Amino acid sequence: MMAYRTHVLVWLLLLALLAVNITATLLLSGMMAYAVNLGSAFGMAALIMTTFMGLHAAGGMLRLFALGGWLWLAFLLFLTLADFLAR
Amino acid sequence: MPTSNSEAAEQFDNLAQQRYADLMGMWLFLATELLLFGGLFAGFIIFRVEYPQVFAEAAGHLDLTLGAINTVILLTSGLSMALAEQAVIGERRRLALGLITATLILAVIFLLIKGYEWHHEYSEQLMPVLGLPFEYSGDEPRVARLFFNFYYSMTGLHAVHMLAGIGLLAVMLILVGRWRDAGRQARQVQIMGLYWAFVDVVWVFVFTLLYLLRT
Repeated sequence: MMAYRTHVLVWLLLLALLAVNITATLLLSGMMAYAVNLGSAFGMAALIMTTFMGLHAAGGMLRLFALGGWLWLAFLLFLTLADFLAR
Repeated sequence: MPTSNSEAAEQFDNLAQQRYADLMGMWLFLATELLLFGGLFAGFIIFRVEYPQVFAEAAGHLDLTLGAINTVILLTSGLSMALAEQAVIGERRRLALGLITATLILAVIFLLIKGYEWHHEYSEQLMPVLGLPFEYSGDEPRVARLFFNFYYSMTGLHAVHMLAGIGLLAVMLILVGRWRDAGRQARQVQIMGLYWAFVDVVWVFVFTLLYLLRT
């Protein structure tokens, strides 16, 4: 029963973060809006991964695999952008 | 995890080890999927940095309301799938069937709304694919065309993953309907749940990058 309740609470949190994300687009502008947009998106992704994907209860190796994908994506984005921004 | 009638496959010491290997294999697969989408995200971000005004203006042509509704639908389907996992683990067959069916229906509604959006953009001549005419009233239509290329690539690739997910959900419905081996089903539904949540995570970023960065 506890797991059901946790999932519903996380879903409500996700909807709240979505509302923050959309409100930032409507009310803010420039870097402030982007920071809230991307912050909310990463927050939502983290919530989904920890609860719906079960990482909160997963072993160390599974967490490493999950974070590995994001680490490689970060390499991809960082190295590609570093080239463009340094030109 | 419910008890299983089946034995572990011969290469595993026990079912717990097999389950762990299943999950690790799925996470590895999802990491490769993340990099598949990552290439598109990287390309989009580069052009978003290079042409901030044009991309922001082009994003204003997308329907934010429909995008937001679709995000709520997908997040809700993520919840129903996660609850379905719990129901299978708790050996509550009818509840599990209802929740998987709800996930399936929400996924179909998501795709129908996406299809309506694409059709609307097609009728506005904002679909620069397959040689279709592209009439853009704002500044620098050639750059805006790039934005729409990314839009269709990212939402299209995501929709393909949704379609694959719908097929897998239908298979899960049949397997849970038969209810032959609760332990095995729990593992299968958990793997399916990982895939579905991943589709959720990807959409969160697709929605944020395409629909929300418009200032």
